[in-house]
Amino acid sequence: MPIPVLPNARGAATNPAVQLRGASLAFGSRTLWSGLDLDVAPGEFLAVLGPNGSGKTSLLKVLLGLQPLSAGSARLVGKPPGGSNPQVGYIPQQRSADDVTLRGTDLVGLGLDGHRWGTGLRHLGERRRRVAGAIASVGAASYANSPVGRLSGGEQQRLRVAQALIGDPRVLLCDEPLLSLDLAHQRAVSDLIDARRRDANTAVMFVTHEINPILRYVDKVLYLVNGQFRIGAPDEVMNSKTLSELYRTKIEVIKVGGQIHVAGAQSALCEDEPHHHTLDERVS
Amino acid sequence: MFDFELTWRSLGLDFVQTALLAAGVLAVVAGVLGPLIVMRRMSFAVHGTSELAFTGAAAALLLGVGVEYGALGGAVVAAVLIAFLGSRESDRDSVIGVILAFGLGLGVLLLTFYSGRSANKFGILIGQIVAVDRTNLNVLMIASALVLIVLALIYRPLLFASVDPAVAVARGVPVRSLALVFAVLVGVATAFGVQIVGSLLVVSLMVTPAAAAARVTASPWKATVLAVIFAEVSALGGIVLSLAPGKPVSAFVTTISFAIYLGCRIVAKVRDRRRRVPAVTTTATPVPV
Repeated sequence: MPIPVLPNARGAATNPAVQLRGASLAFGSRTLWSGLDLDVAPGEFLAVLGPNGSGKTSLLKVLLGLQPLSAGSARLVGKPPGGSNPQVGYIPQQRSADDVTLRGTDLVGLGLDGHRWGTGLRHLGERRRRVAGAIASVGAASYANSPVGRLSGGEQQRLRVAQALIGDPRVLLCDEPLLSLDLAHQRAVSDLIDARRRDANTAVMFVTHEINPILRYVDKVLYLVNGQFRIGAPDEVMNSKTLSELYRTKIEVIKVGGQIHVAGAQSALCEDEPHHHTLDERVS
Repeated sequence: MFDFELTWRSLGLDFVQTALLAAGVLAVVAGVLGPLIVMRRMSFAVHGTSELAFTGAAAALLLGVGVEYGALGGAVVAAVLIAFLGSRESDRDSVIGVILAFGLGLGVLLLTFYSGRSANKFGILIGQIVAVDRTNLNVLMIASALVLIVLALIYRPLLFASVDPAVAVARGVPVRSLALVFAVLVGVATAFGVQIVGSLLVVSLMVTPAAAAARVTASPWKATVLAVIFAEVSALGGIVLSLAPGKPVSAFVTTISFAIYLGCRIVAKVRDRRRRVPAVTTTATPVPV
């Protein structure tokens, strides 16, 4: 079925990679967010920020087709979310993978054809070439044949980037991919994601509780707090006035050495407590 | 003392050859399913499934129908029950325990009503491969072929869902449906395993070879090939060794597969130590002169 072109779209180049219109998500009487209009252009880097339970991860679930909207519509590269859409790449939080029989190359390969039925034996040569290319592009060649469980968190996340990028996605959805990484690896992994959107014009939606590691790359911020939200450039959103309005309490935003520090009622912010919702909680 | 002469003569017997063929076919299926069972942490589920295969077999014995059909019915029911009730990882362990205990109790009750040969009763617990006839063998081969074909078609999404469920869900892989389909495949294989090593010891053919392989390789493909080889050596070797002493096949099958498992652990340990040696020497403090 052809997807109708939206009236405000002006040709393929300006078609948003992610588009939400009047989107609402409610669980029972609790509304996480409502009336959300959001466009992420190809090549744009959007950071999704907010305290625990503000619906950051739920927003990603909506875009992955795992959670229906209560109202409104969502489109990814012109299609409704869900199914095995090769246009969408996903990078999860790092978590231990101790005892699985799996090498780095296998993990990356699953990103290419793990959603496909059938044996896939005819394309093994091509597959090997593409997996090797994706691994080289994240600089993981030296450890890609090791068991995944033996790799460090940073090495695993590099492979996760390769796994998400090997399918050549137009949209990259990242759920706290820097969590529990040291500073050097935070930088390495976010550099890889930034390079991808520059080279291939891939839109990036980056859910995080901490903006500083990615502040250099961010074009736009979506800040969610208690059903309210603000969308804008980092300076427009990450300031004392806007955040005070959002949190409905006195918030001081301090900029030091190219970093942003949010000071205020800690109980309302909980910025230091990353959430641990993961997608596989639904299935395991 | 091992009697080569007697073993050699026994190998010429028709029913022994049928048994070897049946064990060989089952070992392929067990070896292929095994690594996925280990990755999905389903060892206990396999045991629970095999106990319900026992219940089904006991019911079949009582009703006078083929034991293999009873075992198949029981195993598939158990696999589906475990997949449904135990879909949350936190519940799974207790759900299996509950189902297993009930199934075993029911099976024992059913057996007390059975007035036939007691060897038949014992057979479904510890295996009775020499009772496999040509008809059984045909059923086994067809069922095994079906299991392998289905597995080949779903292998990549199933592997994805098994080792990386969060990303698999995000990529649109139907993780829950796959869990159910895989449980049924395991149920079918388990039901046939019950005839060879018996319901108490199915784990030794379905899990032990794959657990051994997982010790020595991290490649899913290599693990599968190794698990098939280990399962073949255990199953065929167990039958051959059991011929002269005339003792139950299962004792030999479980012993061989356990020995292979121990061997693989030792190999992994030695290899680990060797891998660590260079790192130790480079960071070692200088030896005083």
